[in-house]
Amino acid sequence: MKNQINRRSSLLRMGGALAGLLTLSAAKTAKAAVQTVFVSTSAPKGYDPTKHKWLMCIDDNKCIGCGLCAEACKKENGVPEGPYFRTWIERYIIPKPKPGSGETRGEAIVDSPNGGIPKGGVSAFPEPTLPKDQIEHAFFVPKLCNLCENPPCVQVCPVGATFKAPDGAVLIDPKYCIGCAFCVQACPYGARFLNPVTKTAEKCSLCYHRITRNLKPACVEICPAEARIFGDLNNLHADDPIQKFYEKNRVQVLKPHLGTEPRVLYAALDKEVR
Amino acid sequence: MINEVTNIVVETLPQIQGYVYPNESNVHPVWSVLIVIYPYITGLVAGAFIMASLVRVFNVKALAPVYRMSMLTALAFLLCATLPLLCHLGHPERNYEVMMTPHMTSPMAIFGFVYAWYLMAVLLLELWFDFRQDFVKWSKTTPGFQGLIYRVLTLGVTDVSEQSVRLDMKMEWILSIVGIPSAFLLHGYVGFIFGSIKANPWWGNVLMPIMFILSAIVSGIALCVFNYIVLTWIRRKTVNMRCLDAMAMFLFYALLVDAVIETLDVLHRGFAAEEGFAVLQTMIREKLFYTLNIGQVGIGTLVPLLMLGALQLLRHRVPEAVRRTMIFCSGAMILFGVLMMRWNVVMGGQFFSKSFRGVMSYKMEFSGQEGWLLGAAIMCLPFIILTVLVKLFLSESEQLQPCEHLPENSSKT
Repeated sequence: MKNQINRRSSLLRMGGALAGLLTLSAAKTAKAAVQTVFVSTSAPKGYDPTKHKWLMCIDDNKCIGCGLCAEACKKENGVPEGPYFRTWIERYIIPKPKPGSGETRGEAIVDSPNGGIPKGGVSAFPEPTLPKDQIEHAFFVPKLCNLCENPPCVQVCPVGATFKAPDGAVLIDPKYCIGCAFCVQACPYGARFLNPVTKTAEKCSLCYHRITRNLKPACVEICPAEARIFGDLNNLHADDPIQKFYEKNRVQVLKPHLGTEPRVLYAALDKEVR
Repeated sequence: MINEVTNIVVETLPQIQGYVYPNESNVHPVWSVLIVIYPYITGLVAGAFIMASLVRVFNVKALAPVYRMSMLTALAFLLCATLPLLCHLGHPERNYEVMMTPHMTSPMAIFGFVYAWYLMAVLLLELWFDFRQDFVKWSKTTPGFQGLIYRVLTLGVTDVSEQSVRLDMKMEWILSIVGIPSAFLLHGYVGFIFGSIKANPWWGNVLMPIMFILSAIVSGIALCVFNYIVLTWIRRKTVNMRCLDAMAMFLFYALLVDAVIETLDVLHRGFAAEEGFAVLQTMIREKLFYTLNIGQVGIGTLVPLLMLGALQLLRHRVPEAVRRTMIFCSGAMILFGVLMMRWNVVMGGQFFSKSFRGVMSYKMEFSGQEGWLLGAAIMCLPFIILTVLVKLFLSESEQLQPCEHLPENSSKT
């Protein structure tokens, strides 16, 4: 009989330990939820994310592929050298169809050498290998984090280090990221990478340290062609560029079939762009 | 094709064909050998457990001699299952956050809980109830440190009265029943980690968890076949052919179902031919030619299917020694094939750009955080743990015998 009680008490003790662990876990989860709200972003004190709704628009007709945006981004955010980009420029060259092929266009040639960042004042993009008379269209497309309404990267983060702020920015808490790279795999746009120095995930934050201080993101600030248009949907003024962009263009997003609902809107996007 | 082999075997420069997003043009893949091993080990756990459950739940008496060995195999591998994940993290010191502040929509976070549940609430408890009587017996007969270990493992419960033993058996039976869906959940979730990535057409697929579970069952049974034959060989004992034939039969049927489902997946992909299908064709024809067509399909599926299928038809005409060799070879080939399957899934998903315009080859490290060396070490670890467990809990005199109250009594409960 004594032994029976022994077993019961042993099991009870084990159960108690398990319950304790679960309680601790629940408490920590609650703490994390609070942390998500008051996360240590680079925003100044007093910034209220619920009063803004940031939006990035790209007028693809205007991009001249100078790559200054990608360069400014690297400098502004201390992005390491090498194949790590928060924003980059892609060049699309669409050849004319071969005569008699029955096609409307040839197979697109795409490149983005060093993300389109100019080297020594010279364009990163080499001369096209095709003769000019064989090119149907050629254009540049700036790429960045698509600020999804339903971000797959946020969905898969096991610790909640990456999250969607109420103002629409998708941010990462580098002090919390465990560097599993699940988000890198989940992002359909290739916008994320693992920072080789900090060993944490990184991506465009819309220059959160700037936009929360009434400044534009570095890429928007430097764009000489005004191809990148940035604004706050909750605080539109009379001749706001965002408003004009909407009035003037029909807009499109990248990979709409994935249901991510990007908040980066493109005008004049070609079907080849993914 | 040659590039694939050279990139696996020796270090070559990264190669990119076509256009890949600039963030994808890295020297090393984001997920490497360790993430290949992770689902492999987890699958072996789930498979070994499900095979053991055949004895407990479905009362397959022929498999009783390998019940304890299968359970210990599951435990040895489960103890190492999270190790590759841990080693791969950029910040392994923050790993506890996955359990402490889990993000409930993340398959990886939920896996932590499924793992903990499976280890603590299913496997350890079931093993404890199964071994408790023996712990009491051994703690009295074994001197020294080993005796102390047995004494500690009884957790102070030394009652071996009939009533108490009956309760043990009842608990084991309940835990086995809970264990089967848990094992499915454990490995199904690993499949879901890949299947949930809609950005990647090689991974994002509803069949992925099912394919992972089926291949897990196949690999688990194959591992038990392998371990059983090796163990009897080391101990110079004779193999129980009735048991081995039963394992071969289950292995054959599991492999058949697995092969059918994987074929269905290929057919479905070919028929739907969604966006990115062209790049998937390149994977099968070029990038994964050897590991997929030869490793996974040829060596890992077709040859074992033929051998095991022939044994099902001609069992009584094949001499025991030949049968044993054929079953052993099939088991080893299946183990290799499932490892190739994990490689094809994990690496295949990273050999092409999410722009679907280009493919990459990677420089695989030898040492380094995600290198071959660490991968091989982690793969060896469960076998070392299993050796210790077998030494401690499967003594030579009564080794490979079913627990006394097995399985006849268990059916009475």
